Parts: sequence; C-alpha cells; structure tokens
Amino acid sequence: MGPFVPELISDSLNLVVALVVGIGFGAVLEQAGFSSSRRLAGVFYGYDFTVLRVFFTAAVTAMSGILLLGYFGFLDLEAIYINPTWLQPAIVGGVIMGVGFILGGYCPGTSVVAAAIGKLDGLFFVLGGFLGVYAFAELYPRFQTFNDSTSLGALRVYDSLGIPAGWFAFALIAMAVMAFAVTTVIEKKVNPEGAPSLAFSTRRHLAAGALLLGLGLVFLFLPDRKTRLIESVSAAGYADSHPVKRMPVDELAFLLVEKVPDLLIVDVRSAERFSALALPGSVHAPLRDLFGKEWISSFSPRRVKKVLVGGDEKEGVVAAALLRELGYENVSALEGGLDKFRATILEPAAFVPAGNRWDGALKEFREKARVEIRKQIAESAKKSAAPPKKEKKIQGGC
Amino acid sequence: MTSRYMNPYLAGFLLGLVLLSAVFISGRGLGASGAVKSLVGEAVYRVAPAHAAQSPFYSSYVGRDKEPAWKTWLVFEVAGVILGGFLSGLASGRLRWVTEAGPGVSRTRRWGLATLGGALFGIGAQLARGCTSGAALSGMAVLSTAGFVTMMAIFGTGYACAFFARRLWIGTKGA
Repeated sequence: MGPFVPELISDSLNLVVALVVGIGFGAVLEQAGFSSSRRLAGVFYGYDFTVLRVFFTAAVTAMSGILLLGYFGFLDLEAIYINPTWLQPAIVGGVIMGVGFILGGYCPGTSVVAAAIGKLDGLFFVLGGFLGVYAFAELYPRFQTFNDSTSLGALRVYDSLGIPAGWFAFALIAMAVMAFAVTTVIEKKVNPEGAPSLAFSTRRHLAAGALLLGLGLVFLFLPDRKTRLIESVSAAGYADSHPVKRMPVDELAFLLVEKVPDLLIVDVRSAERFSALALPGSVHAPLRDLFGKEWISSFSPRRVKKVLVGGDEKEGVVAAALLRELGYENVSALEGGLDKFRATILEPAAFVPAGNRWDGALKEFREKARVEIRKQIAESAKKSAAPPKKEKKIQGGC
Repeated sequence: MTSRYMNPYLAGFLLGLVLLSAVFISGRGLGASGAVKSLVGEAVYRVAPAHAAQSPFYSSYVGRDKEPAWKTWLVFEVAGVILGGFLSGLASGRLRWVTEAGPGVSRTRRWGLATLGGALFGIGAQLARGCTSGAALSGMAVLSTAGFVTMMAIFGTGYACAFFARRLWIGTKGA
C-alpha cells in the first residue's frame, strides 16, 4: 500500500525517485510545448489554450488516480501530503504569482524546462526566481505574521464546501470537460489560422470528453470516505488482521476509582442509551461523529488512553478500529462492552470466582468500585442536568 | 509548428500519471519553487552562516543541525526536470539559444520582464507555499483547499491583468 516512504523506500532511494519523476515531469512539459512563453501566455488571450488543457487534464488524471487508488486500498490517503491551507497568504501569494505569470510568461516549472532547451527568457525567469526568494527571505521578519496567519491546516476542498469528495470530483471533471469545449470554440475564433485545436479530430475529442464524464459519474456513486471506512473496519476479516486492544472491565473500573488522569472514555452508543446510563466523565460520539475535527485535540495526544465503549464488545471494537484508521494511537475497546461492565461492576448478580488466589481481593475491589463509580455517575448526572455541550462542527471553511 | 508538440490532452494525461506516481511512491506532489528556496538557503548558509542562523526564514531549514538543503526531494526532482526537458528538446530537435518574446518586444525588455516575473513567483510562492506545480497542480490533485485557492488566484489575476499586459504578448493586434 502506497506511499512507500518511509517504510519501503529509504531517504536516499527517495531522492532517486525524485530525479526520475523530475525527468518525466520535464519531458512532458517540453513535449507539451510549455517551454514556449508565448504559448503559455496564449491562455490569457484566447489564442492558445494549451496550458488549460494540459493543466486540467493532469489535475483530473492525478486526482482520479489518487481517489481510485485510495478507494481500492492501494494508497493510504491519510499518509500522503495534503498541502495545508493558509487562506490569506495563499490568495495574496497567488495574486503575486498571477502578475508574475502575465509579465514573465512562465511559471517556475516551465521556466526551468525552457532554460534547459536554451530559451534565454526562461533562464532569466529562473534567475528572477532566485532573486525573489532571496528578497522574501531578507524581508521575511516583516511578513512573518501575515505569512503564518489564517492557518486552516490540511483542509480538503470538499470539506470546505461541505460536500462528499465524490461530488466534488464529479463537479471538477464536469467543469474541466465544459472548459475544454468552450475554450476550443474561443480559440478557433480568436486564432482562426494557428489555433492548436484546429488539428484535433472532433469525433475523437468528443468521445474522450464523454469517457471523462463517465469517470466523473463513477465518483458520484462511489460511497464517501466515512461510509467506506466504517464498512471496512466492520468487515468480517478486519478484526483478525488488525487486532484491537481490549480493556478488561476491572481495569477500567480501577482507572475510574483511582481517577487516573489522561483517560478518555468515548461512548459510541445511541444518544438515548447514553443518556440512560453513561460512565463518569465519558463523552458521547456515535461512529460517524468520530471523523469530526472537533475531536482532534482530545484524541491526538498519545498519552491519553482512549477507551471506546459500545453496548457490546463488537460495537466498541469497530469504533476503536476506526479511530486507529483515522490515525489516533493508544486506543482500546472495553471488553464485553457496557453490558459486561454493568453486569460485573455496577449491578453484579453474583460474584463468579475464577478459582485463583486473587478471588478475594477481586471481589472486595469490585464492591468498592461499584459504590465509588455509582457515586461518580450520580455526581456527573447532577452536574450535567443540561445536555452535554457538543462542540460546533466546522462547516464550510471559506 | 503547432503540430510538432504533443496533443495537450495526452500530455496532460501523462503529466497526471507522473504526478500520480510521485504521490503513490513518495507520498507527495510535484514542485519547482521549493527547490529554489532550498538552494537559496544553502547558498546563504555557505556564504554567511551567521546571517542564516539569525534569520527566522533560513534557520527553519538550513543550519548545522539540519540536513544539507540541496539534499531534498524537490532539488533532485528539479534536476530531473532540467535533464528531462533537455533530453526531450534534444529528441525533438528544439535545442536552440533563443529569446522568445511577443511581437515588438525587444530582447532586453523581455529579459527584464522575465526576471521580474520570476522574482514575483519567487515571492508569491513563499506566501502560497508553492507555485503553479507545487501548490496549484499538486494541491488540486490531493483536493487540498489551498490548491484550488492558489490556482484561482494565479489564473484569475492573470486574466485580470491580461488586458494591461497585452502589448507584451499580442502586440497592437488586440489593442
């Protein structure tokens, strides 16, 4: 399962990969004609839309590949680098680059290719890039505050818009196909003699467009990531290949009695069952809520022991597995679920001796735990007469 | 002349595959400006190590306790871009010392504007944490919000300024 860094591919081998990837990148840019500044600038004047065609096709291809590889489990989408968002710096930086594009006729990648085949204007552009970075670095203390402002983290665009990833992928593909069609019409009007699109076979391009839209439809009907992840951790074989740590009921009782810090009990049962009986200090989060950003700060610290509590053991195990898939560590599931906890600690029927020499101490401990934890439950019930405050979910970032 | 270049959709598809393999193998996208940042930092560190250590910008990625800045993924990738571009130009017979400029734009003016454009990219790419390839293209491929914001800002500004820069590219034809 990709990515292969850092487990399968060492740091130095990764540099070789970078070199090979770069060779492919450079060769494709050159073959596409991106070493020509006039061709690149054409996208802004309508006489040559090569940039838009290559750029959008590449973005759609890579995005589709990443989504499909992720969907079929070949690529860990949580492990790859997601460009973090600093909203205002991204806009201002983009505006500055836009001015640089129209004046300079290149962007950094294309200027390198242009310089590589002898374009002197490309060479000057590369030189300018060095000067620009140097100037920025020297003036950095003045911009530092702005540079680090409006940080939104590794935000995904579909989360910003509040829609499933598949819908966004479909919308992007549909927009790309539309843009391809419209710009081809414009290009032929603006540049009736030299438009690159004059060489296209209309029938083949229509077929390709239809195929692309078909791919978009596939994304529309792929289940979203939440559904898929929940399904994958609930699947029959999953528990065997990815064993989840269980916490015995007595251990949890001990942690509660001793009021051990850095313990977070996460109750994933339904809201009704949670309000009927909740362990002291526990938080309520049904399975689909565990994805939420509001949990990141409480779940992330490794030292915090996260105990997932379901009605039965399976419910907790699925939730614990899900939490682990989401990248959190120090996660366990309550053995036997709350049903067993209740039957063993809170409302024990009769003590079942295990037949070893700790029976006496265990029986004594459980009696003490029953009294203490019931007291804690009563106290926390009094405290939270008001419904437990649920942190507001971030909906639509920008 | 146009027909000598690859069909743009095919080129885009291949570029997408290159980007996809970078993400699949190395877990990260393509880039260009990051290599410039590394090399500038490395050069300043070699020439004036005390200055580099003082600067909050350089000291975040170059220094005695850091890996040499030239030994980074993007520097090797850009070395590959130079090589790949050169080999492709060689194969297609496009190796020539030439300055490309819009009609009526002198060589020195073109060089000056190219330098200015490059400098603006150098600055903008620091704020946006990447350029057209690193922030916009690679960011879009992994569906990062930053990727789309940066892409729209770059191309939106390009279109907004196109009218004022028309003499640089289409001469008086569009005036």
